[in-house]
Amino acid sequence: MSATPLLELRGIDKSFGPVQVLRDVALTVHPGEVTALVGDNGAGKSTLVKCISGIHPSDAGEFLFNGEPVHIGSPRDAATLGIEVVYQDLALCDNLDIVQNMFLGRERRSGIVLDEPTMEQLAAETLAGLSIRTVTSLRQHVSSLSGGQRQTVAIAKAVLWNSKLVILDEPTAALGVAQTAQVLELVRRLADNGLAVVLISHNMNDVFAVSDRIAALYLGQMVAQVKTTDITHAQVVELITAGRSGGLGLATDPGSNGDGPEPADSISGGVR
Amino acid sequence: MTTTAVRKDGPAAVTPAPTVGGHVRNYLSRVRGGDVGALPAVLGLIVLCTVFAILRPSSFLSAGNFANLFTQGAAVTLIAMGLVFVLLLGEIDLSAGFASGVCAAVLANVVTVLGYPWWVAVLAAVATGVVIGTTLGMLVAKIGIPSFVVTLAGFLAFQGVVLLLVQEGTNISVRDEVLVAIANRNLAPTLGWALTALAVVGYGAVQLLRHRNRVARGLITDPIAVLALRIGGLAVILGTAMYVLNLERSRNVLIVSLKGVPIVVPIIAVLLVIWTFVLQRTSYGRHIYAVGGNREAARRAGIDVDRIRISVFVICSSMAAIGGIVAASRANSVDPNTGGSNVLLYAVGAAVIGGTSLFGGKGRVLDAVLGGAVVAVIENGMGLMGYDAGVKYVVTGVVLLLAASVDALSRRRAAATGSR
Repeated sequence: MSATPLLELRGIDKSFGPVQVLRDVALTVHPGEVTALVGDNGAGKSTLVKCISGIHPSDAGEFLFNGEPVHIGSPRDAATLGIEVVYQDLALCDNLDIVQNMFLGRERRSGIVLDEPTMEQLAAETLAGLSIRTVTSLRQHVSSLSGGQRQTVAIAKAVLWNSKLVILDEPTAALGVAQTAQVLELVRRLADNGLAVVLISHNMNDVFAVSDRIAALYLGQMVAQVKTTDITHAQVVELITAGRSGGLGLATDPGSNGDGPEPADSISGGVR
Repeated sequence: MTTTAVRKDGPAAVTPAPTVGGHVRNYLSRVRGGDVGALPAVLGLIVLCTVFAILRPSSFLSAGNFANLFTQGAAVTLIAMGLVFVLLLGEIDLSAGFASGVCAAVLANVVTVLGYPWWVAVLAAVATGVVIGTTLGMLVAKIGIPSFVVTLAGFLAFQGVVLLLVQEGTNISVRDEVLVAIANRNLAPTLGWALTALAVVGYGAVQLLRHRNRVARGLITDPIAVLALRIGGLAVILGTAMYVLNLERSRNVLIVSLKGVPIVVPIIAVLLVIWTFVLQRTSYGRHIYAVGGNREAARRAGIDVDRIRISVFVICSSMAAIGGIVAASRANSVDPNTGGSNVLLYAVGAAVIGGTSLFGGKGRVLDAVLGGAVVAVIENGMGLMGYDAGVKYVVTGVVLLLAASVDALSRRRAAATGSR
């Protein structure tokens, strides 16, 4: 869609002690697109997200944000760049209402007093901008919301901060059919509003429903990053489970130490 | 895509103005959903007062006894107000009672033994509270010892400190005019009325300004009738109390006239307003609720969780210091039992009876005042009934247990109806 990717990772390595979790990973994320990050349990999806969000800074590799090299050493760095992560466990406070949750830690104040009307207005505008109509009152406590509504609030919270990149960690994992549809619709809308979205999911239906590109991780290596239209359901499953599928993915034995794949759209093979 | 989702034109759209009936229905559904708030305390207060009024009409309902209730319950209420902050994080401070004793002993030593003016003694007592709170908070937040253990150790140690400060069992009298006046003198009736008017007008102005601001921005507001009811209710309650307290309470007017609001009442009222403002209107207060509701979420939101945890212990111990000052004023002295025996449990009871959750995340400073009133009425009424201390303890224990059960049950109910 866009010429310069919003975020480009090159050669990311990450080890926890003797365990190498990410090996020479490359990833490109474009604005206005949903990039699905798929992979089996332990493939390194969460670790990669934590590297991007600054929770676990990477050991080696380059980060390019809008084409500029950047260093992300802490969650604060990531937030400053406009990277927001919506975690699986949502990180909402049940005893606070929607507005309070959306502004948590970044409250608007006039003097020392909280500026509630402004916060409520901004929250309402954000939700309206995302065409979210499922919440009846912004002053509802989060404890009274359904799983889908909570996910909606968590996503809206991430969008509130003029964020450029939103990373969603399994947003539909705990949801029913109708709520999943709502959340996926919201994910699509984020991208249509010009944000770059990274969606982590185990659910192939979700991935094919909303993503523009699919990036597959296999045992800590990025085995493929392709357009969703260029790949089939079965091929993605093969990439996730075996690391290769036909001409895609690792050309050789997946256990070997391959060079990283080339970024975006290319079909890469691990070269010995 | 999903048609069921379309309920209105979006959250920003102006919904039809809520009605009084809708407001009431809203409240009732919240109560049914487990959010009972201070309702048990208010109902309990009404029931207790009715029972005692029927059984002991002449003594319980007298103006003198009404004034007594305030001075009796003041120290416990003040300690409970501080405890609310600790309870909001789901922590506990078992040392608050004896912390108030230590601070009272410091006060008595500074003013009586060392002979400094009253305000130096008050500052010293509050500073002692701040030091105690900082120490407890550091041990809980930085070292990671459960607050139960830290403050249990504090409970024992401070008991010893009080003994040491009052020289093994003697007592230190507090004779300073100003300090004694806190719990034993009254405001002039006209001043009392002026403060009442100020409180009602101030409350009304804040409510109306907020209402106007929200209307101007097109946000959903409470109906103006509800506002009027709130302001009118406050005016009626304060006005009635003020009228009764301004009646002559002296048995013999020729010897001494006794009327007006006990000075400790406006002290509690001012602290109530300040702490309510801090909790409801500042980001610090918001962060306390957040840490109490979901500590991990608060941490991820960039809130300095350790700082919040330490600060609530500082507030709690400082309020305990103020409670200790009031207790010393009321007794005219400090002895090894100041802040001891049932003070702590009464204070925890007051906070919980008022509707503050022991699980954290839910509670208001007003809860401590309402719960403190319940505790004071039980103590006072049972005393008038001629029951001995044993029965009083048992009854207060049962009431505390009842309040904790209401808290636990309403939590379960809220969890059950949460995903409606």
